[in-house]
Amino acid sequence: MSNSNTPLVQVKDLTVTFGSGRQKFTAVQNVSFDIRRGETFGLVGESGSGKTTIGRAIIRVNPVAGGEILYNGQRISGRIPRALDREVTRKLQMIFQDPMSSLNERAKVDYIVSEGLYGRGLSEAQRREKVEQALREVGLLPEFASRFPHEFSGGQRQRIGIARALIMEPEFIVADEPISALDVSIRAQVLNLLSQLQKQRGLTYLFISHDLSVMRFICDRIAVIHLGRLVELADTETLFRHPLHPYTRALLSAVPIPDPRAEREKKLVVYDPSCHEYDADPPAWCEAEPGHFVRANRRELDAYQTILQQNGDNDHD
Amino acid sequence: MSNTILSVEGLRVQFSLRGKVLNAIRDVSLTLEKGESLAIVGESGSGKSVLCKTFMGLLDANGSITAGHIWFGGEDLTQYTTEKQWLGIRGKKIAMVMQDPMTSLNPLKTVGAQITEAVVLHQGLSGEAARAETVRILGDVGITDPERRYKQYPHEFSGGMRQRVVIAIAVACRPEILICDEPTTALDVTIQAQILHLIRQLKEKYQLTTIYITHDLGVVASVADRIAVMYAGDIVEIGRCEEVFCDPRHPYTWALLSSLPQLAERGDELYSIQGTPPNLFTEIQGDAFAPRNPHALKIDFVKRPPYFEVSPTHRARTWLLDPRAPKVEPPESIRKLREGGLWK
Repeated sequence: MSNSNTPLVQVKDLTVTFGSGRQKFTAVQNVSFDIRRGETFGLVGESGSGKTTIGRAIIRVNPVAGGEILYNGQRISGRIPRALDREVTRKLQMIFQDPMSSLNERAKVDYIVSEGLYGRGLSEAQRREKVEQALREVGLLPEFASRFPHEFSGGQRQRIGIARALIMEPEFIVADEPISALDVSIRAQVLNLLSQLQKQRGLTYLFISHDLSVMRFICDRIAVIHLGRLVELADTETLFRHPLHPYTRALLSAVPIPDPRAEREKKLVVYDPSCHEYDADPPAWCEAEPGHFVRANRRELDAYQTILQQNGDNDHD
Repeated sequence: MSNTILSVEGLRVQFSLRGKVLNAIRDVSLTLEKGESLAIVGESGSGKSVLCKTFMGLLDANGSITAGHIWFGGEDLTQYTTEKQWLGIRGKKIAMVMQDPMTSLNPLKTVGAQITEAVVLHQGLSGEAARAETVRILGDVGITDPERRYKQYPHEFSGGMRQRVVIAIAVACRPEILICDEPTTALDVTIQAQILHLIRQLKEKYQLTTIYITHDLGVVASVADRIAVMYAGDIVEIGRCEEVFCDPRHPYTWALLSSLPQLAERGDELYSIQGTPPNLFTEIQGDAFAPRNPHALKIDFVKRPPYFEVSPTHRARTWLLDPRAPKVEPPESIRKLREGGLWK
């Protein structure tokens, strides 16, 4: 069932809602995408767009209201057998945004890192050894195991968060804005660590962020999400070179460029959702060119394809 | 120069912590021209916020200015001792926008009341006039339907909108200098671009002099006229925006720029600064950045470099600019930045 051609994670028509009745709120609506084995898949959008909700739905924290999620071709959303649940909680791990609040202040690093190992039939000596190994792997000293989180800097705390995910020997990691709360110089270290671990262990990442400049550096493919719906999905370079959806273009124009000359010429694009005429002709999730998906109605799709045609011609010149 | 609005001379700030002395600001000199916008860039702990807090008398109780002067409006702010003296400056002449809009507003008062408070206090208006002025300012900072929003509480506003309210409060004081301490760090990239745009607009409209404090060099390219790079309580390089971006001279500035993901190629290792910032509890010998600097010379560990002038507006504190120093080429990514082949 699981050969190398099946995507590692398949999200099909996912809908996530919170509350019920009149209080019901739909956070994610009919979202579909695949994550290939060994790639870094980026999910970008502003706060409140539902990007974290998707990540949490995949690791079975948020229940799914519609659609399904497949892992290795096996359904992992909704009711699943207990054995599969245990497997999923080990193989799918998450790294959280804010290292200042995601670590238990009252627990020692030793416990924080190895909490997931309890109840998995390991002896104390084996557990200690694994903690030591995980700490080394993220560039921390094994002695740190006996310290409390407040004794560490922001970058070190994020490394503890990564060690906590690694110790379960996962295949897939949801990294939810892992560097947004860090200084620029520390950011580089954490990004390097993540890509180094990916190479060593063949990890697959779902990288969630609002910052496209970081995404361009680390992601293979990027999906853009706006108000709970995907609006565009493409290879990183394609997305940056030929953005189609107006919201993607607005996001790209907001990325700060570290070059005063370019900044001065740059024009800020603001996305106005009323620019679509969706009343008569409702939009769908279409493939504008191979591997490049966009949410559009028929008229928009025609326009996008014309743009792609022209761009393609220009690229050949 | 007659155009100088604020000037700092040889400022030193120390904090006493558990019986030890921490040197937070080590001999900083700086002049701020009227109407310009200056960006102060550095890692956390480099002293950029402390420096700006001294302008408003907001140092923590265990901190003190041990040397130097801050000249503003013909007076030396370091000589201020009473709260009453500071009230003439704080908010009135120099206002500040804090980093996190989630915590800098009072959750129990309406947004309108919080802005009106500043209008009443600093512009001397009252009653209906103060209210009208508040609504006008709310409109100025880009809040739609200000009449209705006036009566709302901070929890009814999103992060970006709250930051606009905080800016409205700062502007309501009609200050001469506006200090923005990481105004967009807690915000999304799209909102960040809007807030930076707003601050730029208000700067023109109210003829403000602005100081941006940030750790992200990528953000300041669009907003700053001049950039000061701080490291370990010292300004290591200062120059006009183009000079610092296209012709940086200090190895620390090189390192900061190189670690921006915007400049790297996918799949490459991103440059990261080795080691940790120096311990400010001890007196630093030589150049503070030397232990982390791959281009460090012997003298860097012995003698603190003076400022070397690159151009009349651009100076850097590094021995590499000494005529006797060996020639060191800046790293690859800096050259790329200079040629402008970026983000294309």
